[in-house]
Amino acid sequence: MRYLPLSADDRQQMLEKIGVKEVNDLFCDVPEQALLKDLVDLPRHMNEMDVERDMTILSEKNIPAGKVPFFLGAGAYRHHVPSTVDYMIQRGEFLTAYTPYQPEISQGTLQALFEFQTQVAQITAMDVANASMYDGSTGCGEAVLMARRVTRKKKAILSGGLNPQYAEVVKTVTKYTEDITEINDPSVSGVEDLIGQIDDETSCVVVQYPDFFGNINDYSALAEALHARKALLVMVVTEIVALGAIRSPGTMGADIVVGEGQSIGNGLNFGGPYVGLFATRQKYVRQMPGRVCGQTVDADGKRGFVLTLSTREQHIRREKATSNICTNAGLCTLAFTIHMTLLGEKGYRHLAALNHAAAVDLADRLDALDGVDVLNESFFNEFTLRLPKDATEVVDRLADEGVIAGLPLSRLYPDNIHMKNLLLVATTETTTEDQLDAFVAELKEVLK
Amino acid sequence: MMNNQGRQTDIKTAANLGGGSQSTFTGNQGLEQEELLIYEIGDNQRTGVDLRPVPEHKSRLGGLTRDNDIGLAGLSEPETMRHYTRLSRQNYAIDMGLYPLGSCTMKHNPRLNEKIARLPGFADIHPLQPVSTVQGALELNDSLAHWLKTLTGMPAVAMSPKAGAHGELCGLMSIRAALEKRGEERTIVLAPESAHGTNPATAALCGYKVKAIPATEDGRVDLEAFKSALGPDVAAIMLTNPNTCGLFERDIIEIAEAIHAVGGYFYCDGANFNAIVGKVRPGDLGIDAMHINLHKTFSTPHGGGGPGAGPVVLSEALSPFAPVPYVIHGTDEFELVEHVSEELGSGDSYGRMTAFHGQMGMNVRALTYMMSHGSDGLARVAEDSVLNANYVMASLSDVMSVSFEGPCMHECLFDDRFLEGSGVATLDFAKAMIDEGYHPMTMYFPLVVHGAMLIEPTESESKQSVDQFVGALRSLVQSAKSGDTERFSGAPYHAPRRRLDETGAARKPVLRWSEDKA
Repeated sequence: MRYLPLSADDRQQMLEKIGVKEVNDLFCDVPEQALLKDLVDLPRHMNEMDVERDMTILSEKNIPAGKVPFFLGAGAYRHHVPSTVDYMIQRGEFLTAYTPYQPEISQGTLQALFEFQTQVAQITAMDVANASMYDGSTGCGEAVLMARRVTRKKKAILSGGLNPQYAEVVKTVTKYTEDITEINDPSVSGVEDLIGQIDDETSCVVVQYPDFFGNINDYSALAEALHARKALLVMVVTEIVALGAIRSPGTMGADIVVGEGQSIGNGLNFGGPYVGLFATRQKYVRQMPGRVCGQTVDADGKRGFVLTLSTREQHIRREKATSNICTNAGLCTLAFTIHMTLLGEKGYRHLAALNHAAAVDLADRLDALDGVDVLNESFFNEFTLRLPKDATEVVDRLADEGVIAGLPLSRLYPDNIHMKNLLLVATTETTTEDQLDAFVAELKEVLK
Repeated sequence: MMNNQGRQTDIKTAANLGGGSQSTFTGNQGLEQEELLIYEIGDNQRTGVDLRPVPEHKSRLGGLTRDNDIGLAGLSEPETMRHYTRLSRQNYAIDMGLYPLGSCTMKHNPRLNEKIARLPGFADIHPLQPVSTVQGALELNDSLAHWLKTLTGMPAVAMSPKAGAHGELCGLMSIRAALEKRGEERTIVLAPESAHGTNPATAALCGYKVKAIPATEDGRVDLEAFKSALGPDVAAIMLTNPNTCGLFERDIIEIAEAIHAVGGYFYCDGANFNAIVGKVRPGDLGIDAMHINLHKTFSTPHGGGGPGAGPVVLSEALSPFAPVPYVIHGTDEFELVEHVSEELGSGDSYGRMTAFHGQMGMNVRALTYMMSHGSDGLARVAEDSVLNANYVMASLSDVMSVSFEGPCMHECLFDDRFLEGSGVATLDFAKAMIDEGYHPMTMYFPLVVHGAMLIEPTESESKQSVDQFVGALRSLVQSAKSGDTERFSGAPYHAPRRRLDETGAARKPVLRWSEDKA
């Protein structure tokens, strides 16, 4: 077996040194009836070539986004990742290192995390960020729990413009805590009276920006109203490229910003692993969940970095910890940081502008089709269409024609009849002119 | 606004990083290269990407454009390559040497797994594509589920949890949902003193109070204390097996029977599954739920702290409460159950834990690893990991203090009795290992012995590698016992940094670069 270095001779010598006859003697504490006499009923080991062949065949049963005109977003976006990123995260020194608990020999991971935290704080215009969460949706759950710790109030109000799967995650994570989670009905137009819902029990309002249906709203007045009632504004950004073009959550008065960072540096990967961004104001830093990297000096007075504020965390605080989270998104944060460094201020803004321009083009062309309406007043790279037919049927038919057309909203809102004909469509910088043509032509055909 | 503006004559080098004994102009010493932050080398003009010009378009941003500077620093591609390559060289990693972190299973990460995970058919598929276009992905998850169920002897598995602690949450929520279905409100979760910190933190998140169960002299759950803690208010026990002392819980079947007798459930923390994979099936021990850290037992890379993956195997009693989504076999293709609904058969599910379907990228790697090993190779993994740990223990038992007699599983536990009177603490001893070219072992965990040192060599180490490691530790013990405290008190001497001021870091947290602090 290519991964196992011990030879039969080695094993024999080692057993002798230990003073036992055979390896099963070392399993003597296992109840006799539980120690398997035979191998479990699974295939035997395979060589590298055979595994590669079988897995390649399996992978080819999927249609990769890059093979077809592709317009699906809804919280996961297909962007181009520079080759430098993927090369670098595969360096063994990054790939095969553990959590940087021994800072003297983990400065590479730690300094990259410090750069990551700075980048996240900058793009959200918040004071501080943590070293990441599992993904945007779980980060959203953590934000609601944090708002309760900060405000000592229990009721979270979730906007109808929040990705419904994020809302479900919040509902799940607060199911057995004392929190109350109020989830608004979906708001396709982006118009909601959130301010009117705030009361003395409210810990936070959670909004998405741009919202799930693509609308871009100003939440400054909402922030003011919340702060007047000593409650927090949580802003969720699932397409982080947007912040290269639209006003920052920090300047709107957000108290916690949660982001899905997948768009920068990370592939689609069928939904994971992704990277949750989490930023807040300095005054709340000790209530923030997750790992944090901080700057310090070593015994010689040289600048260095360590994981810090660990008294918030489970391995020290146990049941009183701010969260049960132990890992972060590690390598996905590194990919994010490297891609963001390659982009820089100039590239990030340019990338955002390209995404928006492609969406504007597509929206204009689709809106011109008979019976098709773009429902958004504003959008970044994603918007909602009303079709004259059931959107699921349209998407399935377009898939047969080799176009992945977007998300029929009824997939995420199965019981909502208003969603039946609605389609959520996204573009990115990877969308080509030919793909736009193909989409418009095929859609026209299907709607005939 | 970046540092390169003005001050033309000021050549910025890493010698500015502080520290008294700077012997070179650059701060570098041969191949030991210092590296500044991107904010100290980059600026807001440079970029490492070429993007096509933005076509003319009418803005539809609703008037909310971002006008002010963000402050990001950019680097060209060669600078980026060099920056992160230099940083990488300041890390210790499995690829560089034995990584004896107990309870972390730092085994070899095969690169085949990385290659397969990057096939476009796995890496470049969207979680919400029409199900007909991702049949291979659903089949992969289904196959991985089959391997996990077979290896654990359990009938069901929840695939969406994103890490070990997330898996614990999944297991405990399933338990609470099952109890509520029975109309019972129980309030207590039992956990041994030696438990991982995530166990009590997770129990608290599920609204349970944690009651600690003491350990016996031989490092296992005190069965009598456990039984006397049982009652109608106990929802579950959370137990790691093999436990965090590296020992198999001999009474585990009796523990399972006792918790079931009072109507509670048995949650097993599967962090140490590596010791028994292919040799013992948790389902045969009476376990109701167990998370499996794919990043431990099944070699998905730790990546400097993540991403992990923590699927949870479930017993018949708990499987109806599993989270959505999950894959089912439809009439002629795989289907996804994405919603809680009586009609779909998921009416008892406690809900959704994450957007989309979990850590697909990790699932691909884990299945690739499993197929490479097969049933025979996986049993060998358990045997060799246990053999290596016992060999380390046997090779050091005459000079270090073994905490518990008898064979260990895949990790061996020492405490600091052997350092008594030497003036060397566990922390100093561990930091001196860095100078020998090793990552320290797990220290001060588990909490049940004083000055714990938990060593897990894993099956990836050759005898020669383990012998050298043992030699290094014996040399350190000799130094400690002969009064050479300097080797320890100032250690490490030969690392990218000496010991770092963690107290200072926590007292006045500096969590980001900013111009005024530069």
